[in-house]
Amino acid sequence: MAEPIRIRATLKGDMAEVRVLMGHPMETGQRKDSDGKLLPLHFIQQVTVRLNGKTVIEGQISQSVSRNPLFSFRFKGARAGDKVEIDWLDNKGEKNRAEAAIA
Amino acid sequence: MTLKAGGALALLLLAPLRAFAAGWNKAAFGSKSIADALKALGAAGPADTKDIVIEAPQIAENGAVVPIEVTSNVPGTQSLAVLIEKNPFPLAAKFDFPEGALPYVRVNVKMGESSNVRVVVGAGGKFFTAVREVKVTIGGCGG
Repeated sequence: MAEPIRIRATLKGDMAEVRVLMGHPMETGQRKDSDGKLLPLHFIQQVTVRLNGKTVIEGQISQSVSRNPLFSFRFKGARAGDKVEIDWLDNKGEKNRAEAAIA
Repeated sequence: MTLKAGGALALLLLAPLRAFAAGWNKAAFGSKSIADALKALGAAGPADTKDIVIEAPQIAENGAVVPIEVTSNVPGTQSLAVLIEKNPFPLAAKFDFPEGALPYVRVNVKMGESSNVRVVVGAGGKFFTAVREVKVTIGGCGG
């Protein structure tokens, strides 16, 4: 079970800044465990951001994104209470989603 | 199972896929050079621009977490790609902005060594690029 996604969405004037923290190992396939065995590639590939049900950002990412990915996104014309939804899907088909209201 | 129930089940199975309409560009992410990655993205030969602002540390002590913040001032920006020239697979991230989001993103990336960070922006079928150098003290891909 994936760790919960943390979302912090705050208004600055009419712009919303959304910070998203995803718990994920983002293994590059180049790291070794304590026994010297290579840890297999395991990383988030797709991230979708929706605002009030409408897709506003479609992201594709690689194993080059840091462990426990942290993103910031910005929306124009957002209001307090607007719903932000985040989905991710990784290379093993694991997925996670979360939603939060803009504060 | 009735036909109706079967249809409902099919919808349920399809629902998670709709969240990821863009798919994952395996050819672009599997490219070992920026030129090949851009070709796979359909963004070959972007023009240099000053309308992309890349904020990143000049010197990153820890290559495992290098914050990259990008703002595009290119009118009509629809997509934004971040590429780390000297990483084994340069393309780190690509974002499409269908409507409603500002052409801005902040993301933490891994860098194996000091490298140019290149951003390529797509707007109205044209592509623009800017670059910023980041020096890395301790690489962050293997270990």
